[in-house]
Amino acid sequence: MNMIQAINSAMDVMMERDDHVVVMGEDVGYFGGVFRATAGLQKKYGKTRAFDTPITEIGIIGVAIGMGAYGLRPVPEIQFADYIYPALDQLVSEAARLRYRSNGDFTAPITVRSPYGGGIFGGQTHSQSPEGIFTHVSGIKTVIPSTPYDAKGLLIAAIEDNDPVLFLEPKRIYNGPFDGRYDRPAKNWTAHPASEVPEGYYRVELGKAATVRAGEAVTILCYGTMVHVVASTIEELGIDAEIIDLRTLVPLDIEAIETSVKKTGRCMIVHEATRTSGFGAELSALVQERCFYHLEAPIERVTGFDTPYPHSLEWAYFPGPVRLREALKKIMKD
Amino acid sequence: MSNRPNLPPLSLHVPEPKYRPGDEADFSDLQIPAAGSAPRPATDVHPSAIHDLSYGLVRVLDDEGRAVGPWDPKLDPDRLRAMLRAMALTRAFDERMYRAQRQGKTSFYMKCTGEEAVAVAATFALDRDDMCFPSYRQQGILISRGYPLVEMMNQIYSNKGDPLQGRQLPIMYSSKETGFFSISGNLATQYPQAVGWAMASAARGDTRIAATWCGEGSTAEGDFHSALTFATVYRAPVLFNVVNNQWAISSFSGFAGAEATTFAARAIGYGIAGLRVDGNDALAVYAATEWAAERARTNQGPTLIEHFTYRAEGHSTSDDPSAYRSSGEPNAWPLGDPVRRLKDHLIRLGEWDEDRHAAMDRECAETVKAAQKEAEKNGILGHGLHQPFETMFEGVFEDMPWHLKEQSDQMIAERKAAGI
Ligand SMILES: Cc1ncc(C[n+]2csc(CCOP(=O)(O)OP(=O)(O)O)c2C)c(N)n1
Repeated sequence: MNMIQAINSAMDVMMERDDHVVVMGEDVGYFGGVFRATAGLQKKYGKTRAFDTPITEIGIIGVAIGMGAYGLRPVPEIQFADYIYPALDQLVSEAARLRYRSNGDFTAPITVRSPYGGGIFGGQTHSQSPEGIFTHVSGIKTVIPSTPYDAKGLLIAAIEDNDPVLFLEPKRIYNGPFDGRYDRPAKNWTAHPASEVPEGYYRVELGKAATVRAGEAVTILCYGTMVHVVASTIEELGIDAEIIDLRTLVPLDIEAIETSVKKTGRCMIVHEATRTSGFGAELSALVQERCFYHLEAPIERVTGFDTPYPHSLEWAYFPGPVRLREALKKIMKD
Repeated sequence: MSNRPNLPPLSLHVPEPKYRPGDEADFSDLQIPAAGSAPRPATDVHPSAIHDLSYGLVRVLDDEGRAVGPWDPKLDPDRLRAMLRAMALTRAFDERMYRAQRQGKTSFYMKCTGEEAVAVAATFALDRDDMCFPSYRQQGILISRGYPLVEMMNQIYSNKGDPLQGRQLPIMYSSKETGFFSISGNLATQYPQAVGWAMASAARGDTRIAATWCGEGSTAEGDFHSALTFATVYRAPVLFNVVNNQWAISSFSGFAGAEATTFAARAIGYGIAGLRVDGNDALAVYAATEWAAERARTNQGPTLIEHFTYRAEGHSTSDDPSAYRSSGEPNAWPLGDPVRRLKDHLIRLGEWDEDRHAAMDRECAETVKAAQKEAEKNGILGHGLHQPFETMFEGVFEDMPWHLKEQSDQMIAERKAAGI
C-alpha cells in the first residue's frame, strides 16, 4: 500500500469497528478527497458517516468538537495544512482545553487529518509545515507518520485516543518515499518494506519514536518526509548515524532521544518547517538540558528557511541532501 | 442515545446534487425569470425595499439576443465590442495556458471558462482606479484593464520575467497599478480586506470604491461574514460579488447553503442591498455592477451581487470533474455561453457578424500565441531555476534582519561547497 491507501484503510477499519467514527471535510464524501484519502468511505458507510462539509475550516473543527461532545469520534480533514489557520481558534482555544476547563466533563476526541509539507510545487499556500504552532499549544497531540505502515497504525491509535490529535500527513511521500529526485514526487512505495501494510486492525502507539537506523556517530532527529531524505543522504555518505523518526511530537519520546544522544554524543535535528520557534528549537533545548555533558559538538539544526515557501525556488527551500551533507560535515568535524 | 422509543428518530440531512456521473443533466425545472422582468430601483433605495431582487434574476439579454427591460445599460457598440473582445481574449488566454500546463511548462492553471462575463463586464462597469480584491478566477479583470498578457504568463511560468519573482503559485497575480490586489490561496480572505480598503477610502474622503469576488463555496468561510458585518456597520463603499458557478471542486452549491436560499439573500440579514444576476449575461453583470457602484459612490453603502453561472471546466488542472458531476451539465446549462450571448446581441444590433467574430477569435489566438512566445523567452517553470537563490530571502521584511542574512549566506556557502 502507499501512504494514501494506508490512511484510507485506517479510517475504513475504524469505521467498520465503531459506528461512532465519522469522517468529514471539504470534498471528502462522494469524491473521496482531493488526495483520495477518503475514497469509497461514503459508499460503504453512508452519507451521515462520511460527508462533504461547507468550506469553513473553523466550522469544520467547531462542529467536530460538538459531535465529539455528543459522543461521536469525528475525523475531520483539513484539505491542506495551510488551511488550518482559519480553524485555529476552535483548535487552540476550544479542542485543546475542553477536558481541562470542564474537568473532564467534556472532551474533544477528534482526529484532525491534514496533508502538509512542500516539494510538490504547491506555492505558499499548499506547502507549509504548521506543527510548531500546535506543539506550542497545551492539550493537542501532534502525530506525523513517515511510512504507510506507521500512517495506518498511528491513525488508528489517534482515532482511538480520547484527546484531540492533529495528524499531519507528509504529502510529498503519499505515493512513494523521497527518492532524491527534485523534479517530481516519487511514485512508488512498493519496494519499501513499510509498504507491507496489514489489511486489518493494528496500532502503532502514540508517543513512541522509531529507530530507523541504529548508529554510533551522530543522532539525527527527524519526522515525516525528512526521514527519507535523511536516510538516503546518510546511506550515500556512509556515516554511521542513528536516525530517529519521532512519529509523535506531542507527547514526545524523550527516552529514545536521550538514550541515543548520550550514546552518540552528537545531535542533529531536521525538519521542513521554518527555523525560528520551530519544533527543532524545542528539541534542541531538551537535548541541551538533558544531554549537555555528553555532547561533543554543538547541536545542529537543518530546517526550512524563515521565509514563506517560494514557488519556483522550492527545491532550494526544501532541506534536501545538499544542506544535509554540509550540516553533517560540520557536526562530524571533530 | 436517548431512550424515548415513543419519539420518532431524528435524521440528518446531507445535501446531494441532482446529477452525478452517468446521469443525464436536465435543468428544465430551474426557475429562470424572463429577461427584462426584474424592476430596476433607484440607486438610493433602502435595502429592505428590494428583497425580491435577492431571489429573482436580473437579466437583460433574451434568447433572441435582444437587450430588454429596465436594466439594459444601453452601451454603445464600441464598448460592447471591447467587452466582447476582452471576454474572447480571456478565453483564448485560458485555452493556451491550460495547454501550457498540460505540456509541463508550469505546475498549475485555473480557467474561468463560462464565467468570463462575471469579471470582464464588472470591470467595464467600474472605474479604472477602483480597487479589485479578486479570487483566482477573475483573470478577466487584468485582461480588461489591459495588463500585459506577457506579464501574466511570466507569472504563470515563474520565470525570470515574473513580476512576483517566482514566489507565488501560477495565476496568483498581483498588480497594484492595475488595481488588482494580491491573490491569496486561502479562500475568502480578500473579503474583509476589500471592506477595509473601502472604509479607508471613505474615511479619507476619497472617491474610489472597492470590489471583491469569491466563489459560492467560499461564502461559508468566516471571513465572508465578518466582511458583511463591517460593511453594513460602516456603510462601506464596497461591492461583494459571489460567483455562484454551482461547484466548489467536487462539492455542489448545496454545501454552501443553496438548498435553503440564494447567495444574494445573504445580504438581507445584514441589511445590505442584494441582487441576483444572470452571470452569463454580460449586460446584466454590467448593469448590476454599475448600479452597485453608484450606490457605493453616493454613500448608500455596500451591495452584494450573486452571479448565477456555471463552471464549464474543471476546478483547476488538478481536477477531474467527470469523477463527480454529469458530463452533460455544461451543455445543459440553460443560461448559455456568455461570449456567444454577447456576440448574438451585437449581431442582432447589426454591429457585428460571424466573419468579424471569427477574425477576432483568430486575432485573440494570435495575440496570445505571440505573448506566449515572448514569455517563454524568459523561461518556463522547471527548466532551470530562474531566480537567484538569494531572492528567496528578500521581501520577507522591508529590511533583511540578521537571521535571514545568515540563512542566505549559509545557503550560498552550502551550494558552493556542494559545487552547484
Ligand atoms: C481556506 C481554504 N480552504 C480550502 C481551500 C481549498 N480550496 C481551493 S478552491 C476550493 C473550492 C472553492 O470553491 P468556490 O468558492 O465555489 O470557488 P470556485 O473555485 O468554484 O470558483 C477549495 C475548497 C483553500 N484554498 N482555502
